[in-house]
Amino acid sequence: MKITVKLFAIFRNDRFKIEDRDYPNETTVGDVLTSLDIDGPELGVALINGRHVTKETVVTEGQTLALFPKVGGG
Amino acid sequence: MNRIFRVNMKDLTCKIEEVPEAWAGHGGRGLTSNIVAAEVPPTCHPLGPNNKLVFAPGLLTGTPAAQSGRMSAGAKSPLTGGIKESNAGGTSAQQFAKLGIKAMIIEDQPEAGKWYELHVNNNGVTFHDASALKGVQNFDVIAAMEEKYNPKIGVCTIGIPGEERLLSANISVKDSDHKIRSHGRGGLGAVMGSKGIKVITIDDSAGKRVTIADPEKFRAAAKIFAKAMLDHPVTGEGLPIYGTNVLINILNEAGGLPPKNFRYGQCEHHDKVSGETMHDVIASRGGSTKHGCHAGCIIQCSQVYVDENKEYITSGFEYETVWGLGINCMIESLDDCARIDNAMDNIGIDSIEGAVLLGVAMEAGVLPWGDGKEALRIMNEEIGKATPLGRILGNGTKSVGDAYGLTRVPIVKGQGIPAYDPRSVKGIGITYATSTMGADHTAGYAIATNILQVGGHIDPLQKEGQVELSRNLSIATAAIDSCGMCIFIAFPALDIPECLPALIDMINARYDISLDGDDVVALGKSILKTEKAFNDAAGFTNADDRLPEFFELETVSPHNAIWDFSPAEIDEFWNF
Ligand code: SF4
Repeated sequence: MKITVKLFAIFRNDRFKIEDRDYPNETTVGDVLTSLDIDGPELGVALINGRHVTKETVVTEGQTLALFPKVGGG
Repeated sequence: MNRIFRVNMKDLTCKIEEVPEAWAGHGGRGLTSNIVAAEVPPTCHPLGPNNKLVFAPGLLTGTPAAQSGRMSAGAKSPLTGGIKESNAGGTSAQQFAKLGIKAMIIEDQPEAGKWYELHVNNNGVTFHDASALKGVQNFDVIAAMEEKYNPKIGVCTIGIPGEERLLSANISVKDSDHKIRSHGRGGLGAVMGSKGIKVITIDDSAGKRVTIADPEKFRAAAKIFAKAMLDHPVTGEGLPIYGTNVLINILNEAGGLPPKNFRYGQCEHHDKVSGETMHDVIASRGGSTKHGCHAGCIIQCSQVYVDENKEYITSGFEYETVWGLGINCMIESLDDCARIDNAMDNIGIDSIEGAVLLGVAMEAGVLPWGDGKEALRIMNEEIGKATPLGRILGNGTKSVGDAYGLTRVPIVKGQGIPAYDPRSVKGIGITYATSTMGADHTAGYAIATNILQVGGHIDPLQKEGQVELSRNLSIATAAIDSCGMCIFIAFPALDIPECLPALIDMINARYDISLDGDDVVALGKSILKTEKAFNDAAGFTNADDRLPEFFELETVSPHNAIWDFSPAEIDEFWNF
């Protein structure tokens, strides 16, 4: 299946900003992180279609997954 | 820090007083709010003789504690009509601490048309005619004072909007690079102007190092505290690299980034003004991506934004300002936004109020959406010169809305709502509604938990848990604001267990006292209640703890979220 992955802040370094990528069915957010060589604890926030999800969340065809390291401001 | 400088602007005197017992345990916001509550009649006119302008460094200011160099300024706010505390970086707080000044209380006012420079040094305050500086904007005032004294002189100044008592006027504080940090919110520049004070200069050359009761204990705690700052990914990595503007993209993805005067929850051109883009622009032009607003800041969320020729455009270019200009006003050029930010520093208006009022002015048709060049002209030529149009605009978001008969006017208690849509980030909506300061994101930064997943997670679209979250954060923030600490210490404090105890240990070691966590919570609660009591006595009721009606009438994309808290649910905030 195809999903769109968006990366932000330092996750972009040596990777990409946005990419349509192929994954097998039942892929989780954690699997996507592994495929991108991002360690679990580095993840700050994962959003699918604008909603917070966890590493265990299963991604489905056509969704957009946005991945952020731990960031803050204010 | 054992002296209070009490300045009277009518008879031009300064009395040096001892710190009364009741105020000994206070600093920063806790002190300014307690002084204002004790000495300012809540119903007084904020620009009249009975209001007082109070400056107080925090409890830890002047010590080697990281992040502790912030100055609180307080008064009755002419913008909100309630109590106000606004804290800023720059050099003034540490200079006050070195001079042993726990607070400076400025009372009364001189004959209209008189302008003074207050010169603060170890012996007290002297008063100098400043009529030659009338009509001079901030950067030139700073240059003139450095010329008069020396490059190290501390400077707090107002521009023309402050002289003219416009309600968005701020107090600008010189930083160590001769640029500007601001007591931004609530129109404190107008209060300073109403007292005939154009500029305050600070000479700390006869000052001493702050004494610490138990230096060894202090050193140990300061080390743990600093380590927490550097270890936490937000303060150790995210903020120094990208600054606060890293929030543009995450708020956009989460649907909480309001463009075009709070019409939608996402913005198509977000990446043009995002923190990532800003970082690349600054790095490629040879500016600095890292910068501290005061000596002793190890997080360094600030930056120096330069043009293609490496010439300075602005610094301290914060997420809320970039949101306000780049997203809210739809100005897609980051360079234009930076120039407007610098203009706001120079004329001396709050960069959040300035950007929010500009959005309402665009709504009114005063200028086209996205017109950065016209926005810059309006800042410099209208608000900056206090023309009739400039007065309508420069009196803040509410003034613009009233003048043009609009209902989409994002304010609470008269103060412009910043940067986060309260419908889709409901925790911050509770903070906006209930804050004693008017709409103020820093008062209880629920974004941390709603969006950033720092200190746990509460779904931003759900109502459950938001009131409690906002309340707890607001209590903690009131205490942190009393220490002279930058609010970003909250990120490590929420996640790293050793951080808060180390902060408390530093206070204990500094003053030889033995506060514990409960005492700090009690301090935060008492500050909030003191502020609330002042506002109630000034005429506020529960009905002032509400968001503008349009948030209840219009949903916001992409989540179709709406503001749906009942009055009783909001009022639960004060149940502590
Ligand atoms: S982190 Fe930013 S706001 Fe805080 S003290 Fe440093 S420069 Fe100032």
